[in-house]
Amino acid sequence: MTASTTTNDPLSVEEIRSDFPSLTVPMHGKPLVYLDSAATTLKPRPVLETIQEFYGHRYGTVRRAVYGLSEQATAAFERTRKTVTRFINAPTSRSIVFTKGTTESINLVASSWGKTHLRPGDEVLISAMEHHANIVPWQLACEATGAQLRILPMNSSGELLTEELDTLLNKRTRLVAVTGLSNALGTINPIQEICSRAHAQGSLVLIDAAQMAGHMAIDVQALDCDFLAFSGHKVFGPCGVGVLYGKPEILETMPPYQSGGDMIREVTFEKTTFADIPVRFEAGTPAIVEVIGLGSALEYIHSIGFEQIGAHEKDLLRYGTDLLEQIPKLRLIGTAAHKSSILAFILEDVHAHDIGTILDQAGIAIRAGHHCAQPTMKFFGVAATSRASLSIYNSREDLDALALAIDEVITLFRS
Amino acid sequence: MSFDLYQQVILDHNRKPRNCGALEGHTHTCHGHNPLCGDDYTVYLKVTNEQIEQVTFEGNGCAISKASASMMTQSLQGKNIDQAQALFEEFHQMVLGNLDAESTETQLGKLKIFQGVRAFPSRVKCASLSWHAMHTALTQKEDEVSTE
Repeated sequence: MTASTTTNDPLSVEEIRSDFPSLTVPMHGKPLVYLDSAATTLKPRPVLETIQEFYGHRYGTVRRAVYGLSEQATAAFERTRKTVTRFINAPTSRSIVFTKGTTESINLVASSWGKTHLRPGDEVLISAMEHHANIVPWQLACEATGAQLRILPMNSSGELLTEELDTLLNKRTRLVAVTGLSNALGTINPIQEICSRAHAQGSLVLIDAAQMAGHMAIDVQALDCDFLAFSGHKVFGPCGVGVLYGKPEILETMPPYQSGGDMIREVTFEKTTFADIPVRFEAGTPAIVEVIGLGSALEYIHSIGFEQIGAHEKDLLRYGTDLLEQIPKLRLIGTAAHKSSILAFILEDVHAHDIGTILDQAGIAIRAGHHCAQPTMKFFGVAATSRASLSIYNSREDLDALALAIDEVITLFRS
Repeated sequence: MSFDLYQQVILDHNRKPRNCGALEGHTHTCHGHNPLCGDDYTVYLKVTNEQIEQVTFEGNGCAISKASASMMTQSLQGKNIDQAQALFEEFHQMVLGNLDAESTETQLGKLKIFQGVRAFPSRVKCASLSWHAMHTALTQKEDEVSTE
């Protein structure tokens, strides 16, 4: 392994790594090199401790009971709503809906907003690099309402062709749904520009921030987006919890997504009246401890700071890009000028799944496949890519190990 | 690095697949596709009086799937339909880990090299895709098979 220096690194990787117990568990007898944070991040000790402490000593239901345990749990649950509000600089905690994850957040909007606001002939615009979670709900919403799905194209570097917005955005456009940071390519999209241009045509904007949320500061008021969705498990938090931000005046126009307990005001057998936002969209007992664990994860991110995170990941991306570009027969997929945290590539003559299996034997966890973005794969003319994705706990040594292992794959397949 | 799974025989068949290409005058064919990883093969068989005269395949995918398809075509030459279906069953059970090809008497021969796949559950479908296509072609249930 090539020796690397991290002395100029503004973020103490060693210190961060010591917060993540998963990194101490060997894989196939080798130290774990975890390069799949775009799929899901490892969990830091404060999140693990919060979950254990809460389930162990402070567990109770929320919003229902009059006893102390439940009141404390409700307070901790609602404190997390305030933490999320601060995390994305939302105007009010009424605009924060807890969901199962980004997928449910988008489905909520596509189903509740879509079925009440989309009409035949309306248009929904998505981009060519969306995750299936930001494609399929809109296809179904369009099918159900007679609206049309339009696609904002990209170039061969994986950059959106925003000049096409001149024709794609028109008075029929009701919603633009676009990712802030592509999970397959690493492209950072110009969502500020997209928001202002969409609004100028009277269209709403939904930002899929699943990838973005762990890497870049989000300010929904500065962006002026109408909806924004992200998941807990990609920001060092638990699985099974996510967030939908919606402008309160828009959420108020939307009917319930699911129905049942908790989201009602009054139920009789003749008629039900529904609770105010955001509880209207939170039917059933929520993932109480996971929500509280998400709060702990966001506080953990806050304690490091996005400036530090951004600088560290920018250094890693540059270092990793330089290393991979030196490998003959390797082609990076996704080379946008404005990019973050993702190194997706193909090797001539070696399928991504073979690379993934061989790297796994060296203790290196990367993702091989279509990354739930089959239209993106089709655009680049590949069935699958290998993807190394970076996070705060990765080091230059991780990338050295990756490059070395890829060299060995090439040697093996040439032999 | 050395790996049980990526032995030279497999790498060689991946690089120089045998019996690769469409087969004119085939009597049976089936397209096998795994949408999750993009492995995509078509298997062609020419069968006369229950006897397999020729087997070919075409398509693309990972080294495991391609080597498996290539070695399957070799191992089926000269077999009859019943023998081919029996071999499918042995191969399938071996890669699933239900049959120990080292300690059991089988017709697998060189195909035992794929026994290592059982340690990689996510790759079992790669090794078995062309076999499923062949099995389906001979059973003539349909002309499309998918492993996910």
